[in-house]
Amino acid sequence: MSAPVAASPTGLADRDELDLGLPPSYLADGHGVGSWLLTTDHKRIAILYAVTITLFFFLGGAAATLVRLELFTPEADIVRADTYNKLFTLHGVVMVWFFLIPSIPNTLGNFLLPLMIGARDVAFPKLNLVSWYLNVGGGLLAVAALLAGGVDTGWTFYVPYSTVFSNGWVSLTVLGVFTTGFSSIATGVNFIATIHMLRAPGLSWFRLPLFVWAMYTTSLMFVLATPVLAVTLLLVFAERSFGLPIFDPARGGDPVLFQHLFWFYSHPAVYIMILPAMGVISELITCFARRRIFGYTFMVYALVAIAVIGFFTWGHHMFTSGMSSYAALVFSFLSFIVAVPSAIKVFNWTGTLYRGQVGFESPMLYALGFVGLFTLGGLTGLFLASIPVDVHVQDTYFVVAHFHYIMVGASVSAYFGGLHFWWPKITGRMYPETWARFAAILMFFGFNLTFFPQFIAGYLGMPRRYHVYPPEFQVWNVLSSSGAAVLAVAYLMPLGYLTWSLLFGERARNNPWDASGLEWRTSSPPPRDNFFGAPRVQGGPYSYHPEGVAPIHDQPRIPAQGSLT
Amino acid sequence: MSGAPGEAGAAAHLREPWSELETGPAAAFARQRDGATFGIWIFLASEVLFFAALFLIYTAYRIANPEAFAAAGRATNIVYGTLNTAILLTSSLTMAMAAQGAEKGLFRRLTLGCLAATAALGLAFLVVKGFEYREDIEKHLVPGAHFALRQAPAQIFFGFYWLVTVVHAIHLGIGIGLVTRLLVKGWRDPDVLTENPQVEVTALYWHLVDLVWVFLYPMLYLPGRAG
Ligand code: HEM
Ligand SMILES: [Cu+2]
Repeated sequence: MSAPVAASPTGLADRDELDLGLPPSYLADGHGVGSWLLTTDHKRIAILYAVTITLFFFLGGAAATLVRLELFTPEADIVRADTYNKLFTLHGVVMVWFFLIPSIPNTLGNFLLPLMIGARDVAFPKLNLVSWYLNVGGGLLAVAALLAGGVDTGWTFYVPYSTVFSNGWVSLTVLGVFTTGFSSIATGVNFIATIHMLRAPGLSWFRLPLFVWAMYTTSLMFVLATPVLAVTLLLVFAERSFGLPIFDPARGGDPVLFQHLFWFYSHPAVYIMILPAMGVISELITCFARRRIFGYTFMVYALVAIAVIGFFTWGHHMFTSGMSSYAALVFSFLSFIVAVPSAIKVFNWTGTLYRGQVGFESPMLYALGFVGLFTLGGLTGLFLASIPVDVHVQDTYFVVAHFHYIMVGASVSAYFGGLHFWWPKITGRMYPETWARFAAILMFFGFNLTFFPQFIAGYLGMPRRYHVYPPEFQVWNVLSSSGAAVLAVAYLMPLGYLTWSLLFGERARNNPWDASGLEWRTSSPPPRDNFFGAPRVQGGPYSYHPEGVAPIHDQPRIPAQGSLT
Repeated sequence: MSGAPGEAGAAAHLREPWSELETGPAAAFARQRDGATFGIWIFLASEVLFFAALFLIYTAYRIANPEAFAAAGRATNIVYGTLNTAILLTSSLTMAMAAQGAEKGLFRRLTLGCLAATAALGLAFLVVKGFEYREDIEKHLVPGAHFALRQAPAQIFFGFYWLVTVVHAIHLGIGIGLVTRLLVKGWRDPDVLTENPQVEVTALYWHLVDLVWVFLYPMLYLPGRAG
């Protein structure tokens, strides 16, 4: 396949070919370690984040691999109970706080937010860099705890086990998570101020791409939920390290209070993990169906509604911890309510596809996978929101399957979809599309093979957090562990071909997917100052063909770019 | 001194990415100032939730153990507590005066003096707190085996007391650092404070730390003292 000729002279990413006196791309603008580690360029900070979260993803993945390996047979084969506890704790802590929460907001969000609103950078560029250092600092503390001997409390750090009984390095880990929390808060403050203050002329609130709305609502949760986690962990730290009685029941404390505070953060945190994914999917589906988003305003209000109601459902994690039946009823009801805006989003994505010219480029495969897996994860969430079912499946693999459908099936798919979609813009290179499609499909099947059996095992009563289990569950665990092997391959493949593309990939044009967003109206990769001149916005987002209009068949459809040849 | 409002400040303090806005430097700078103020307000909202979580814990335990909390509240030293409240409230006054002076670019010496007074009052608070801590330790008010009070939940009160006052002191320490930084900058170059958004940002943060104490004072020193 021959390289498509760039549409405009500025589209040439290779500046040696034709010297137009254009500014260098952000990647070429400064070399050396210092130019990266001290950068205040939002695009470079996004890359810094991408590197660190990739490391953490594979660290957390390694722990999951050992867990799945251990669960292949009912007996204890490779690790003892204690090591097993440390493995799943490591896995949970790393995956949640050092991979998934920073994933889309701090990589794609950092990179794209200013581009999408036509700004030169985020509102507080130095704070942005500080947030990365806080994230890395927290990560190093957590890794130090791991090297020193690990933690066995589970990612939830429930008291009084974590404060009184556990022998692990709880304080160090908690301090690490505490530190990284301030990185989230810094990002949240920065993004909110950016969106409020730095939109290009003409870019009114209801012209914002849904990805920007998703970043906005996520940032609100960062700012309002994370401090509560910080306090909660600080109290655990104080109780454990200085003996201050706060939660210790032996001295009159109330462990359930800890759970309330923990989940007051950690339920919003699941929306911190899914709202950005929803933003990505809205960009992907519109582009590859060549259609305007169905019901834009509903999509916006759905994001806002999720962000608001999401603050009032935390109690569904505590149905079995002892709460009044009235409280349980209210939390159950609110948990059902919060599913409504999520369902609206699924319907609207489907509505967007209807009569679209759907293409199956790799980002779209991830996006379609997202919709399916998110639906399944969401529906099983409704099971868990109904108290009688929850009492039955609480602390079983049913719960593990449920939250992995949301966090891995949906969010991680969206992350990969977004990464592929914006890869040409970020790196200026095309990746091999065939490989990418293969990886996307493999990820979908690998994921389902890993986690669907866990629904069944959990429903039949297999508890979580044990390294041994009754033999009748083995068939489900063998399926699940085999799926995990497939999944591991599917996660490693992009690491290979994306890296390959950095060196050998075809040069990307400015807008290889013919997408409508402002972020494509600059060179690939963009210059340090993002745009050549100051952008002005004249219309709403997604100027693909509108609802109710038959497809225009000469709508430019670009064939998949890039090849191995 | 300066010409039209905003011009002097824009020349001195306009930064990326605000400098790229498609408006004149004065308007861009006004936006940068708004941005800085807006940003700190968001951060303060975050801080409010931070302290709200602590207040919630206090409230839950106080409702559950009213007598123990009253006894524990009586064991605190209200003289130090009240003195510190007065000190902090005064510091807010000097901080507000400094912020107003800097914004208008007027009374430069008074502005610097107010900043110095703010930092000094902050330090005075910490010194008084230090004396109070020493007395608390002498009176065995540290939770543990040798705790002075009979009721077990009084230990929770003092666990909370130590935690929250230390957290507050750390916040105050950061505030003193920020104020001192402005003071040093303003000392070296008297123009640097004029219209500088950092002054208002620092002031807002200072007032929040103050406000938190306004809540802590009745929570820690007044229980069990009425009637
Ligand atoms: C971003 C990706 C992921 C996130 C955010 C995530 C999150 C979590 C969390 C929070 C837990 C609970 C840990 C605990 O009980 O303290 C968990 C458990 C688990 N995860 Fe993941 N996970 C991710 C990816 C994966 C993958 C790819 C696999 C598949 C191999 C996996 C396999 C498991 C297993 C088997 C457990 C259960 C351990 C047990 O309860 O005994 N996870 N995960
Ligand atoms: Cu929840």
